[in-house]
Amino acid sequence: MHAIRKKRLITIAVILFILSAALGLVMYALQQNINLFYSPTQIASGEAPVNTTIRAGGMVVVGSVHRNSDTLDVTFDVTDFKHNVRIQYRGILPDLFREGQGIVAQGKLMNNGIFRASQVLAKHDEKYMPPEVSDALKEAQKKTTTKPSTSDF
Amino acid sequence: MIPEIGHFALILALFFSLCLAVVPLIGYWQKNPTLLYTARPLTFLMSFFVLVSFLVLAFAFMTDDFSVMYVSQNSNSHLPIWYKFSAIWGGHEGSLLLWVLILSGWSSAVALKIHTLPKDVGPVVLSVLGIVSLGFLSFMLFTSSPFVRLMPEIPTDGRDLNPLLQDIGLIIHPPMLYMGYVGFSVAFAFAIAALITGNLNSSWARWTRPWTSLSWAFLTLGITLGSWWAYYELGWGGWWFWDPVENASFMPWLAGTALVHSLAVTEKRGVFKSWTVLLAIFTFSLSLLGTFLVRSGVLTSVHAFAADPTRGIYILALLIVLIGGSLLLYGFRAGQVRGSATFGMTGREAWLLLNNILLTVLTLTVLLGTLYPLIFEVLGLGRISVGAPYFNTVFSPIALLLIVFMAVGPLSKWHKTKASVLLKACLFAALLSIVLAGAVSYVNSLGSLAWLTLSVAFWAVLLTFKDWFDKVSAGTKGIIPRARQLPRNYYGMMLAHLGMVVTLIGILLVSTSSYESTLKLSPGESVSFAGYEFHFDGISHVEGPNYIADSGEISVSKQGRFVTLLTPEKRFYSASRQVMTEAGLDAGFTRDLYVSLGEKLEGDAWSVRIYVKAFVRWIWLGGLMMMCGGLLSALDKRYSTKVRGNNA
Repeated sequence: MHAIRKKRLITIAVILFILSAALGLVMYALQQNINLFYSPTQIASGEAPVNTTIRAGGMVVVGSVHRNSDTLDVTFDVTDFKHNVRIQYRGILPDLFREGQGIVAQGKLMNNGIFRASQVLAKHDEKYMPPEVSDALKEAQKKTTTKPSTSDF
Repeated sequence: MIPEIGHFALILALFFSLCLAVVPLIGYWQKNPTLLYTARPLTFLMSFFVLVSFLVLAFAFMTDDFSVMYVSQNSNSHLPIWYKFSAIWGGHEGSLLLWVLILSGWSSAVALKIHTLPKDVGPVVLSVLGIVSLGFLSFMLFTSSPFVRLMPEIPTDGRDLNPLLQDIGLIIHPPMLYMGYVGFSVAFAFAIAALITGNLNSSWARWTRPWTSLSWAFLTLGITLGSWWAYYELGWGGWWFWDPVENASFMPWLAGTALVHSLAVTEKRGVFKSWTVLLAIFTFSLSLLGTFLVRSGVLTSVHAFAADPTRGIYILALLIVLIGGSLLLYGFRAGQVRGSATFGMTGREAWLLLNNILLTVLTLTVLLGTLYPLIFEVLGLGRISVGAPYFNTVFSPIALLLIVFMAVGPLSKWHKTKASVLLKACLFAALLSIVLAGAVSYVNSLGSLAWLTLSVAFWAVLLTFKDWFDKVSAGTKGIIPRARQLPRNYYGMMLAHLGMVVTLIGILLVSTSSYESTLKLSPGESVSFAGYEFHFDGISHVEGPNYIADSGEISVSKQGRFVTLLTPEKRFYSASRQVMTEAGLDAGFTRDLYVSLGEKLEGDAWSVRIYVKAFVRWIWLGGLMMMCGGLLSALDKRYSTKVRGNNA
């Protein structure tokens, strides 16, 4: 009986040790690798942190895409129809990137208010809008329509 | 008229699944052999009608019946015939039908083998499978029938299959993946039947093992195919993205791997019984969770198909009823199945316990990373994404540790191992592998992380072969007869473990020794890169059956000698108005050359992505080895009914 109890104790100790080590690892990794999404309005109001990896997105403003003729640098604006954010990117844009389409970019907001993207994501379906973007659009819309009536609350 | 037959067949299948879910269970409680006996014919009837409805849908696709909404959304008259067939599972409704078809296939297979089970257990197993079928058939009929018609305005042509899915990889990937996912329902049904009947001895584990190994092999193949497809079809040269949809298939694989191992202990030693039952429930629950995540569209993902809240809620309810119900049953009954046998702390049981702990922890970390954005959003904390670095940071060290122990387990003996014997073998292998890996890393100037990983790889290979050599050289008979005598189960394990190492080496080298570059190229220009010269010959216009394309020609040479001509394409699918990148690939055992076209820039110039990927094929080669290992052990002679008595 004593031997069995000892065995059980060792087993539990090993499990606890591995679990706590894994938990520590998880906490550490989560702290480093969570990327919050910010809408153009939130970025314009200064809510978004600078020089931290975040996500930003909206509809690509028609006519805002400019390519550098020598390099693969490209800039474009995204909007939630209230505010715009300028995004800078170097590389190949996804197949579904085009003006008027909803996109999400991952990267860092710089001090000058320009968003430097390391990755640009567009969804592989014409009708499909990234949920972040559709939320941001709805949010912006709501603010515009409810503004006159805020005194009621 | 014909699509209505499919719909009607589905209703009949639902009816028979309801009977199957209820009648044999009543028979079990009333000890009525006639009612128990109905399980087998009911299973066949249900499966037959599911098959009929699947064939009807296939017929609708083949004959371009665009009055069926699902066909018009996922097919087109110009689509090549084989893609018309695979378009059956190109969308939500059809993939559910495939899910149910495969579930009824597994159920029928169990029904065919029912004579190997005790008279009162077999029907209960089938009945549990019937409950799962009932859940999914009703889900399909009430929320997502593939037979809904577009009347009276029948579209003249369909909207075409998503171009991403028009590919050989996507013809075979979903069925294989589902074979695996859904196959775990058999292990689940065995576990539930064991809880209901209280019949949980070592023969329970022996019945469950081949089914589990087989499903595991299919799932391994499915995941491998998916990774291979993503590599060449998405055009970014990545082979794993930690995308929620990938994780959805990976979690059951991790849990299933643990299950395969704990079943071995339960069969051989009669311990870990209640844990194995819980693991079987856990594994299938993760399959269901995966289905929920993919089918309800709750996650942000490149694979997103549809987002319809009623579907999400129905499948969530189904998930809660099935998982909650089985856990409740487990809570009430598990106490009775606790094994009396003890296990040794120095025996193989202890190593397999460690295997199970590590695999479970891995599963939980992937689960947490996948669900974290959901939890965050539900709590109203905003929208977040958990990046691939999270998974890499957490997953890699634990997985590496797992592989270290993977090699030790087989070397140890059941119950008790002499520590000195084990220590001597391990010490020798450790020294040799560290030196070997050091030499390889130094010659190829790889970093210390590569040294560590390669050491683990060499260590696992050395110990795996040492164990085999010990086994065949013991005794008086020659090596070859001894090697033949070892069971298939053993070779299955060996192959799967070596496959794991091959994959590990592939992952390591592709991430440390690959080159990539994104640049602007005009016709006539060339670029030197990683020892190769890429010359952009020009662009030509190509017309496919349902697309038009710009096809680039890039000739690759090495030190003046021609290597290959790569033809990456930029396709425009006219029916769906989508643009697709088709990579130009030259596959090799030690390296892949990979070129994909970006966008057309000013003049004739294009932005081009070039990769030289080292050893990337090894990742999938290892996957195939693991699959063969799983198949081999599922086919072990000990599971065939004829010799059952001898090996018990």
